[in-house]
Amino acid sequence: MNKTLTAASLALAFGAAMTVASAPVAAADMADKEKCYGVAMKGKNDCKAGAGTTCAGTSKMDHQGNAWSLVPKGTCEKTMSKTSPTGHGQLAEFKEKKA
Amino acid sequence: MSQIDFAGALLDPDLPAPAGLTAWNGSDPAHRFRIYRNNVIVSLIDALADTFEVTQQLVGEDFFRAMARLYAYANPPQSRLMAFYGASLPAFIATFPPAAALPYLADVARLEYLRVVAYHAADLPGIEAENVAAALADQETLPNLAVALHPSLAVLASASAVVSLWAAHQGILELSTVSTDSPETALVLRHGLDVEVMQISPAAGAFISTLQSGASLGDAAAAAATIEADFDLVGTLGLLLQKAAITALKPSRRPS
Amino acid sequence: MTTTPCFMSTTAGAPAARAAALPARGGLGLKPEHFRTILATRPNLGFFEIHAENYMVDGGPFHRYLTQIRRDYPLSIHGVGLSIGGEGRLDEAHLDRLAALITRYEPQSFSEHLAWSSHGDTFLNDLLPAPYNASTLHRVCDHIDRVQERLQRRMLLENPATYVEFAASTLAETDFIGQVVKRTGCGLLLDVNNVYVSCTNHGRDPQAYIEALPLAAAGQIHLAGYAQDVDAAGAPLLIDSHGAPIARAVWDLYRFTLERSGPLPTLIERDNDIPAFPVLLAEAQQAEELLQACLSEAAA
Repeated sequence: MNKTLTAASLALAFGAAMTVASAPVAAADMADKEKCYGVAMKGKNDCKAGAGTTCAGTSKMDHQGNAWSLVPKGTCEKTMSKTSPTGHGQLAEFKEKKA
Repeated sequence: MSQIDFAGALLDPDLPAPAGLTAWNGSDPAHRFRIYRNNVIVSLIDALADTFEVTQQLVGEDFFRAMARLYAYANPPQSRLMAFYGASLPAFIATFPPAAALPYLADVARLEYLRVVAYHAADLPGIEAENVAAALADQETLPNLAVALHPSLAVLASASAVVSLWAAHQGILELSTVSTDSPETALVLRHGLDVEVMQISPAAGAFISTLQSGASLGDAAAAAATIEADFDLVGTLGLLLQKAAITALKPSRRPS
Repeated sequence: MTTTPCFMSTTAGAPAARAAALPARGGLGLKPEHFRTILATRPNLGFFEIHAENYMVDGGPFHRYLTQIRRDYPLSIHGVGLSIGGEGRLDEAHLDRLAALITRYEPQSFSEHLAWSSHGDTFLNDLLPAPYNASTLHRVCDHIDRVQERLQRRMLLENPATYVEFAASTLAETDFIGQVVKRTGCGLLLDVNNVYVSCTNHGRDPQAYIEALPLAAAGQIHLAGYAQDVDAAGAPLLIDSHGAPIARAVWDLYRFTLERSGPLPTLIERDNDIPAFPVLLAEAQQAEELLQACLSEAAA
């Protein structure tokens, strides 16, 4: 690659990028389209106790079941993949295997 | 009792309670010991559920907590800072047989962990316009300059629709429209106080990752061009500048 | 760790925020859920308390918000990960992080727990009990000496909530704490909920327990809500859940304590099922009313 050309084109690109970045309206538009925030983080160190001796019947239950036989049952069931237009990818097949 | 026995019994529910425990009323102290056992494991699972919120939504709470429990017993925290617990959960998920039906799950977890890292990363201001102008004035050295990127920034190139899957759980798009096996590249960074997740082109991902490794602008642009001949250099640099993600320009240690 | 330029010049912020000690008022644990509410409403509160480990991060919103809040409020830094009761040596890297945090935020109080939470390289994320005997006493005192030397300040040690006792214990918990205070010169963070929880769990009289503590060394009080369970014999077993309003019995024990200790900075702890900020503020105000009554009685 021609080094001089690369240098010149890089400088040109960087200059144009400065303009892109500093254009407030364009920047805001782009941001709205592309960015998404999540929920704010919590502090994870604390000094509470909580689960008790049984913890049964609460969502905080320390699950004693056999995890290896579990089947995902969340929003994944609403997803689709190109290779499986009927629904959730290989999930059905996996379920059958485990059954 | 030594603490090694106590700790061992906390992290292995199949072990008996440690010897030497008592209760004032003569009740079985092993029953009371379960409070500690449950506190430890439930607190670890809760910490993981906080960080990997979308991962949990994808597989459901029962599945997630069962998986997290196995992970936590096998990988208890090695740091006292719980914010960063779970760095190796994505790798665990990738080899967790019951999750094999969801090939995108590990990368969604990777994305969520990158968000935590970005959230707590050091504060550094973006480069001043006059410093960019000074670098541009010397065109000959420009291709050899390295670009220092914000400490919160990370690129995740995935074979799955990792950004769309994540965004669908933020109410931004409809999950049923996401084609999970479309490859997507995620850019994660903190701009001000907000952690942002953006989808970028694979070439832009290669450009940024190459810059992050310390390579020069010229090398990074070349790496991007091998993926996409008409790679949008202006747009990618513009995005980085707009997000204050470029913190300095300096001579590359590896000139091209 | 990054430092913020011009951080907290000595003239910045409200005068109360620069005081040498925490005021004998109500305070609240600072939760990220409430950062914005606090900055927007500037609640009338004596102080905020943070868990040290949550702020041992390089930057981002936690530091940004804490810096702003610290300008107007006194601060208590409460460690949950030092493992003072641990058999191993103190983690010097962790002490360094703590020292940096204390230098940065200049808290009016630093406290930690009479408990252990690490073994070897593993962090267990819980406050675990130790037998009260000569060897634990020696170890805990060594560790507190080291903390106070490294941080160049007096720390407060919190009495624990416990669920089991040890055959190897030879000292009552109150005597153990009294010895630690005497030997190290540390102060006491008197967690009244922990007193109630532990005394219930071990068949002791909470009032007698309070009276046996070195109350003159008390520098702060913690109040929290507990959860109820039962042991294998069906006896009540209380759990220090921080997930409920403060129980009536704990308010009563708090009043009993204030009558003996005099007014002390009092923190409402809530770490689970965190309600809207005004709910917590109301609990802090309830504590302030009791503190006020205590002051008026002292004046009368």
